[in-house]
Amino acid sequence: MTKITQNTVPYSNISYGTEPTKMVRFMRRCFIIQVFNFFKLNLKVMRIVVGGHS
Amino acid sequence: MAKVVVLGAGISGHTAVSYLSKALKKNHEVVMVSPNSNFQWLPSNIWVGVGLMTIDQVKFKLAPVYKKLGVDYKQAKAVSIHPEGNNENAKGFVKIEYVTEEEKGKEEIVTYDYLINATGPKLNFDATEGLGPHKFTQSVCTYDHAAHAWGKLQESLAKMENGERQTFVVGTGHALATCQGAAFEYILNIAFEIKKRNLMHLADLWWISNEYELGDFGMGGAYIKRNGYITPTKIFTESILKEYGIRWIKRAGVQKVEDGKIHYENLRGEYHTRDFDFAMLIPGFAGAGMKAFNKQNEDITSAVFVANGMMKVDADYTPKPYEEWSAKDWPSIYQSIKYDNIYAAGIAFAPPHGMSKPMQSPNGTKIFPTPPRTGMPSGVIGKIVAQNIIHAVKTGTMEHKHKASMAHMGAACIVSAGYGLFKGQAAVMTVNPIVPDWEKYPKWGRNINDTVGVVGTAGHWMKLFMHYMFLYKAKAKPFWWLIPE
Repeated sequence: MTKITQNTVPYSNISYGTEPTKMVRFMRRCFIIQVFNFFKLNLKVMRIVVGGHS
Repeated sequence: MAKVVVLGAGISGHTAVSYLSKALKKNHEVVMVSPNSNFQWLPSNIWVGVGLMTIDQVKFKLAPVYKKLGVDYKQAKAVSIHPEGNNENAKGFVKIEYVTEEEKGKEEIVTYDYLINATGPKLNFDATEGLGPHKFTQSVCTYDHAAHAWGKLQESLAKMENGERQTFVVGTGHALATCQGAAFEYILNIAFEIKKRNLMHLADLWWISNEYELGDFGMGGAYIKRNGYITPTKIFTESILKEYGIRWIKRAGVQKVEDGKIHYENLRGEYHTRDFDFAMLIPGFAGAGMKAFNKQNEDITSAVFVANGMMKVDADYTPKPYEEWSAKDWPSIYQSIKYDNIYAAGIAFAPPHGMSKPMQSPNGTKIFPTPPRTGMPSGVIGKIVAQNIIHAVKTGTMEHKHKASMAHMGAACIVSAGYGLFKGQAAVMTVNPIVPDWEKYPKWGRNINDTVGVVGTAGHWMKLFMHYMFLYKAKAKPFWWLIPE
């Protein structure tokens, strides 16, 4: 999303975090992939919620 | 005819009272006692705090809904519970005090056959000097706090538009605070809004947390499946913060806030300060502060509640070291440890212990997150408590067929990270169970097939979808009971 100076300072906390590539950023907003993810994640959540109590 | 009284109209209490009225209203009495006149959908307060929703979009009046449901609604706060009754009342009762303008201060005795304590948390701003919207920091814990935070945030944004640099600090405002997820959402949304205005070059964004490692979220962290790897939530969380240009301070117990200055101690025992122009810090939580009395009017509060005011239920409260904590310690039916006809749902029940490993600084300050019980677990607990009471009322036997231990229950956390139908994003994290069970899942502590960590627009759609779906359910519109918690 943004670059801040400390991102590249060796041994700083923030320098160890991973960052998404352009492809990952594209996929995060790709309509078709996200529609698929929307249904897949909703199903997963529903299954977890319903299965979590009796 | 049985009388069921529910204290608190938050997610748990409102869920419980909705199911109770659906099943019992024809032949029994269902009473709701809540000082609030509105129901609020808490997860969307984040969007109120960045001006993307108005408070009217996240709340609605309770009275018309309870009228429709046939619930006797009393806008009052519970002062004390008397489970054994007294000389005048053979039944247990709750002493309540009305809060409306017309009846302010009027006390009433409400008897019950079954009582659900769903009073939620008291936002304990006083536990940290200078904390809270009436002092030096903001909060998003209620819709009016969130609206106030948005007002303050606008002031900072206006200054940035005039070329002034601003420092934003968001996180936990007490060494033992929980609800990191809400604060995490808020800082991501602030970053998103600043970026949208092309002002990032004037922003210093800081995340401050009592977690030992980021991504702990009060549940001892988790392992998630992500991009072909099983990754700790530490990496997941740090990566998101880095991506949004947010630096972090971890293992920090905020001790005092002054105008523009946060004082904190870290786990090394060092004392530091962090300057800020805008800060949103989550306070510590406590119980509602109700007292309990026996038939002789002797104070039995300590037998019913733990020290911070949460109610003791069917958990194993035996003090034990972290290494001996077990998933079996967690309650499954939320019945009071002392009285069979009293239950505690949602945040009102006292957890047996944390999920995060307790940590202490060399100065003796405990710095670690307490366990979260908000949102989905609260709704599920409210539902099963109501179902068990319905069964008891209808059959006359207390069998507790419905169980929902947080050690068997999964949860989804949708962390909004920007608003917009096509540009909005959210991180979706699922864990199952919430409380790690190292005996059942010795490698990862949880069912790794049920864990996910995904960032994308789909997450934003899910959060929006849940906003409308749960408000629909809470308003008890047709077929509301088909929507799961």
